[in-house]
Amino acid sequence: MSFYGVYSQNKDLDLKKAFSFISPASIQESLEKNNLDTKQFLGLLSPQAENNLESMAQKAQAITRNYFGNTIQLYAPMYLSNYCDNSCLYCGFNLNNDIQRRQLTLEEVEKEAQFISSSGLKHILILTGESRLKSPVSYIQDCVNVLKKYFTSISIEVYPLAENEYARLVVGGVDGLTIYQEVYDEQLYAKIHICGPKKDYKFRLDAPERGAKARMRSVSIGALLGLGNWRREAFFLGLHAKYLLDKFPDVEIGISVPRIRPQNHQPQVGDFKPICQVSDRNVIQIILAFRIFLPRLGIAISTRENPEFRENLLSLGITRMSAGSATNVGGHTLYKEEKEQSSQFEIQDQRTVGQIKAVLEGKGYQPVFKDWLYL
Amino acid sequence: MEDFLEIAGEKLSNRLFIGTGKFSSYPIMKQALEEAKAQVATVALRRVDESSKTENIMDYIPQKCKVMINTSGARDAQEALRIGRLAKAAGAGNWIKIEVIRDNKYLLPDSIETFKAVEVLAKEGFVVFPYMSPDLSIGRRMVDAGASAIMPLGSPIGSNRGVKTRELIEIMVNEIKLPIIVDAGLGKPSEACECMELGCAAVLVNTAIAVSEDPVKMAKAFSQAVYAGRLAYLSGIPAMGKTARASSPLTGFLREDKPQGDGLASDSQSHNKPQ
Repeated sequence: MSFYGVYSQNKDLDLKKAFSFISPASIQESLEKNNLDTKQFLGLLSPQAENNLESMAQKAQAITRNYFGNTIQLYAPMYLSNYCDNSCLYCGFNLNNDIQRRQLTLEEVEKEAQFISSSGLKHILILTGESRLKSPVSYIQDCVNVLKKYFTSISIEVYPLAENEYARLVVGGVDGLTIYQEVYDEQLYAKIHICGPKKDYKFRLDAPERGAKARMRSVSIGALLGLGNWRREAFFLGLHAKYLLDKFPDVEIGISVPRIRPQNHQPQVGDFKPICQVSDRNVIQIILAFRIFLPRLGIAISTRENPEFRENLLSLGITRMSAGSATNVGGHTLYKEEKEQSSQFEIQDQRTVGQIKAVLEGKGYQPVFKDWLYL
Repeated sequence: MEDFLEIAGEKLSNRLFIGTGKFSSYPIMKQALEEAKAQVATVALRRVDESSKTENIMDYIPQKCKVMINTSGARDAQEALRIGRLAKAAGAGNWIKIEVIRDNKYLLPDSIETFKAVEVLAKEGFVVFPYMSPDLSIGRRMVDAGASAIMPLGSPIGSNRGVKTRELIEIMVNEIKLPIIVDAGLGKPSEACECMELGCAAVLVNTAIAVSEDPVKMAKAFSQAVYAGRLAYLSGIPAMGKTARASSPLTGFLREDKPQGDGLASDSQSHNKPQ
């Protein structure tokens, strides 16, 4: 059974009814246990658990320190291409959006790599818009061949691939896969993804499993907060992470909970207003629930969040963060001035690697620039 | 008489080995190593960045401290072998802790894959320290494969649960002729002391030192606890009895009449033999 089976068994979950069984005592019991079941995880996502945020935070911090120490792994994203075959309502790369489309040449990839690696970072996440035609696997592999000279860990965030394609990239030097389901609610998924190959809900849902089977060292999944009911979305993301952890115990599973931020931002092409409001408090509750439910889980915090919020989340369970980010193609060196016009989303934290490093050190964290080596 | 732990020709007087992950900074890690007077530090090769223009962990290992590279991150024997060979080629020496983990939920070692790596790397001239579950049979196989010491876990990595595997570690101490070095799970200096009292040759600690509020002071505390435990072990810890034994026995006055030289004079001496 793939994760779709798990999803199908739980998709009709009546949240209101499930939460009616949650009591202060049951939440307290969860906080005193070491191994939580999925019902207890749901309890930590409940409205009632909002009264327990501080004790959840204390527990989450202790778990994070024990398992990850006082360290935060840093990485940088690099956009290779923004051509896309999909029309997704929330995304700046939507094929209907009138933005400057481009794809980096290998020379341009090298220039960006030289710049990013000069900061000392050894982990890179490469991204493309979801166009198999414009950015075929062969192009991704060509870019990886360039990047191997500069980075010891290369992750991809591209359109979902077949298992043999993931395996090909693993052999070619890729060790990490990031792929977000965006929204787990299948009906909502269909409404938001207007057209294009991304409409195939199941093919995307099973992509992390295909990557794990292909021997990816790490697999990160996520839900885009602001689309569906956040408690339900976080619950399904948790079920998905647990499914992958149980089935692939030798793969490092990570999550991210990026949030659509409509507040205080510069208007962008194809601006999308969130369907569901998710407050800072809600994001914190999600992160704490995940840390307590799955203690060894990697948790990344997005640059969609502002610097102050990112810093406050550090002690609550975050293990990875990006630094010196740009979400437009060639945004590090080539087209820095185009950030607002052609980005996938708006960055709230524009600090350089050096600035992030200084902040982490000031807060008693060791910024980890290198945490894997190409074997 | 000085008390050394001798491994591959190296004489170590400090039996606290320290892991270098999880510290809030390299300078604090260095201070902790110095304060504990550590003579062995484990370093994950995946964290070593010799090309770094800013910081390389190796620059923060005190000169008197020997580096034991660990294969942290390896998922099978083949990856452990590659890491070992890369480390040697990079000039990191030939002491290597083989850590192969295929379970990210509990971080428990895969002793079979570890064994395969030990077999090969020992033949290649490495001084090999396998991190494993405390299993006597596999431990014996590690010995035959050329390990220089055995590193059983006290409890899962980072758990700070202490010596949950005490019974099994005791068996290994009694039966395996190589040094037994308890690695993982020790949360308090008293637990490190407990391992040394059992007759372990050394302990390896990381999390409990690195994530404490004062890692430098905690490193010193562990170092002293390890020394105390070792001293107690060498002193011959009296065996536990179920009934009271008065320090001034009521029948002490009969001492002059007790049998001489038949070996039954006292049953209260420890059977522990100092290494």
